[in-house]
Amino acid sequence: MTNLLLLQALNGLQFGILLFLVAAGLTLIFGIMDLINLAHGVLYMVGAYLTATFTSLTGDFFIGLALALPAALLFGIVLERLIFSQLYDRDHLEQVLATFGLILILNEGVKMIWGAAPLSVPIPDILSGSVPLIGPMRFPVFRIVIIAAGLVTALGLWFLVARTRIGMLLRAGATNAPMVSALGVDVKRLFMLVFGLGAMLAGFAGAMVAPILSVEPGMGNNILILTFVVIVIGGVGSIRGAFVAAILVGVVDTVGRTFGPIILRSLMDPSAASQTGRTLAPMLIYILMAAVLFARPSGLFPKAGAS
Amino acid sequence: MSALLSIRDLRKSYGALKVTDGISLDVPAGELHAIIGPNGAGKTTFIHQLSGSLKSDSGAVHFDGADITRLSMVARVKRGLARSFQITSILDGFSVLENVATAVQARSGSSFRFLTPAASETALNAEAMEALARVNLADRAHRQAGTLSHGEKRQLEIAIALATGAKMLLLDEPLAGTGHEEGAILIDLMRQLKSTHTIMLIEHDMEAVFALADRVSVLVYGKLIATGDPAAVRADPAVRAAYLGEDA
Amino acid sequence: MSETTLTSAADAASPARPRLAGRGALIGGIVLLALFAVLPPAATAMGDPFLVVTATRIVIFAIAALSLDLVLGYGAMVSFGHAAFLGFGAYAVVILAAAGIDDLLLQSLAAIAGSALFALVTGAISLRTKGVYFIMITLAFGQMAYFFFVSLSAFGGDDGRTLQHRSTLFGAPLIENDVTFYYIALAVLAAAFVLLRTVVASRFGRVLRGTRDNRVRMQAIGFAPFGYQLTAYVIAGALCGLAGVLLANQTEFVSPAFMTWQRSGELIVMVVLGGMGTLTGAIAGAVGFLVLEEVLSGLTEHWHIVFGAIIVLLVLYTRGGIAGLFSRLFGGRA
Repeated sequence: MTNLLLLQALNGLQFGILLFLVAAGLTLIFGIMDLINLAHGVLYMVGAYLTATFTSLTGDFFIGLALALPAALLFGIVLERLIFSQLYDRDHLEQVLATFGLILILNEGVKMIWGAAPLSVPIPDILSGSVPLIGPMRFPVFRIVIIAAGLVTALGLWFLVARTRIGMLLRAGATNAPMVSALGVDVKRLFMLVFGLGAMLAGFAGAMVAPILSVEPGMGNNILILTFVVIVIGGVGSIRGAFVAAILVGVVDTVGRTFGPIILRSLMDPSAASQTGRTLAPMLIYILMAAVLFARPSGLFPKAGAS
Repeated sequence: MSALLSIRDLRKSYGALKVTDGISLDVPAGELHAIIGPNGAGKTTFIHQLSGSLKSDSGAVHFDGADITRLSMVARVKRGLARSFQITSILDGFSVLENVATAVQARSGSSFRFLTPAASETALNAEAMEALARVNLADRAHRQAGTLSHGEKRQLEIAIALATGAKMLLLDEPLAGTGHEEGAILIDLMRQLKSTHTIMLIEHDMEAVFALADRVSVLVYGKLIATGDPAAVRADPAVRAAYLGEDA
Repeated sequence: MSETTLTSAADAASPARPRLAGRGALIGGIVLLALFAVLPPAATAMGDPFLVVTATRIVIFAIAALSLDLVLGYGAMVSFGHAAFLGFGAYAVVILAAAGIDDLLLQSLAAIAGSALFALVTGAISLRTKGVYFIMITLAFGQMAYFFFVSLSAFGGDDGRTLQHRSTLFGAPLIENDVTFYYIALAVLAAAFVLLRTVVASRFGRVLRGTRDNRVRMQAIGFAPFGYQLTAYVIAGALCGLAGVLLANQTEFVSPAFMTWQRSGELIVMVVLGGMGTLTGAIAGAVGFLVLEEVLSGLTEHWHIVFGAIIVLLVLYTRGGIAGLFSRLFGGRA
């Protein structure tokens, strides 16, 4: 039981880390540009497809990843220049519409280029083993690598935001965007940079899941919603909030799916418990979100205290 | 002391900046009390605190015998304390009459009525027309509010505040942005309102303030440095130094 | 009729304002409904009776779009979870049918009650937030409902479930006939149109419109927006639930796919492109959207890409004039 809990907690952590990678860019985009971007999940998908393509072309996951990241960055910047830069001063509804249209285009575009069938990317040999946990349970090395890569990225982001001049502008921008432009900063370039960075982070998340999930059109849709939940819980614009909330959502979702039915079984008869558990588990994070918002309508780390 | 509005040691600060720094003031019923002060003195913050759109850090506000310190803006309006806005805030897409009728509607019966057209409720419209007549806008009743001139919009602001059935009006720079003639109409209007309403007037236009006010308070950096009848305040050396000196 | 001389006087003063649901919108709506009414005989005359089935679908989505317009166009709430109510309505049909209740009216009642309750609870939480939070939280609640129905394995889970037969009306299989069913759906649409026009012109509607235009102003005259917006959210949810009942009967099939967030997005597209806050625009938008979908999907299997491009281009290059452009294209005199 404890082992299972540990295993599921690790799985939850890994899932949370992925959510954080996608959410980090998105929360900055929300916070700084006040832009609601539904198409952010598509960038995650594009990252996965680029990695799959470059990996199969070069025969090496690491080279594939190294090529996919700048490609994702470039893709993000092109999108920003073509479409998003024209949406910053529009109202939220127009942003919702335009980015919704963009999802349709990109999902279908991916289908046209790569086909509707899922692609798979093999786990690179040196990361394909697993390490023992307590007892007979083992945990895959690749998932550990995802956790580590995510933590390193989070640390890097923290350094960027808390310790550099760009970070200072980002923090200022998240609280008071007009002030940043009043400081004479080239806001256009700052926005482009944030957007490119966000696209690359989402692409990185997509690249890292490519070997453990199937790469398919529409794969960005579900993660987008979870990312929204993360951002709402964490507080729009807050990297720290996104990190805390992503881990929280990842762990609650993963652990809840396993342990919800187990706990319920001690309260009611097994068949009812299993149906109730199956019903409640996927709803758990939404209930969590509702509870957080009920207590704190601006999330755990609201804008004024954003960091 | 039977003041209609009674303010005790009201405070508000943003970080280290004390925007409202211990204001105490009594406004008796029937008075037109003007608040003057240089830019950045905290006049608008003060009005926001009184109207309830901004929470005070500490202090107390009593209105008409009740403690309203913690009441929302909506609850204060219902007790008879209404405000106008420094930047014109009307419903541009509504007709002039409907702007005012909506304010009448807020205090006459439930607004959870779904099946009868509000615009043909004659009782609401009649009261709204009265308020419009008081601000000399009756002939504009059926125009779309967004098409009025700036001065007319300021008049409409006042009509809306009147239509809430307020005992007291908080007028936040009603003359802001108006030309000489428009200003004269509004000054004349406020002179008439004096006879029926208690008014707190925040205003930059000194000529208007000294022509209208029963008493004047001077707000500088969040503190009231003088309160008294216009002549006394004008003569006060501290006021002259802090404020009127700018113009002199 | 429910529009008053006051509003039309205001219209006359500023004819360029698109948002006022004036006489033009009323006439446009009546024309649209009249065109719908003569469609079945016309379809028979043209030798294309299948047209009635497509038109039924359009009518049902027009009801859903109409309900969203109350939230979006009048209530100023960008709700991204509206399709959930379609799902509640559709599942009311299949769940009650499984319990042996086939009556359309009872099913509608259950759908309305269920949708209204869901709207009341989620709306009360969502309305504590503003801006992007509101958009995201309604989206998340929509997904919550989606996963709830996915988890109902007794009703097919992900795959959904086929209806044995359409609902009965007064104990008889009246709506098995496509044309009868079409006219019933159309009657619901017409009734919803009249009802919502009445509601937006009422005292309640005036508060809603005022809050949309200037929230602080309304608070300063004594209206707390929460209760009014929540009520609008509940009314809209209930009406959309009713559309869900009709949708289940039209497709004779129910699945969670009825209530994906993409479907919510499509409803928004219908309302916005048809012209928000006019009601007629929502109907025109549903017609435009589904006709375009029909035409494009006949041309290419990759029609989504064309459709997406149209949406993006409209938003980017018809700044502020999307509604106007679309009502010129589709709404005729709307």
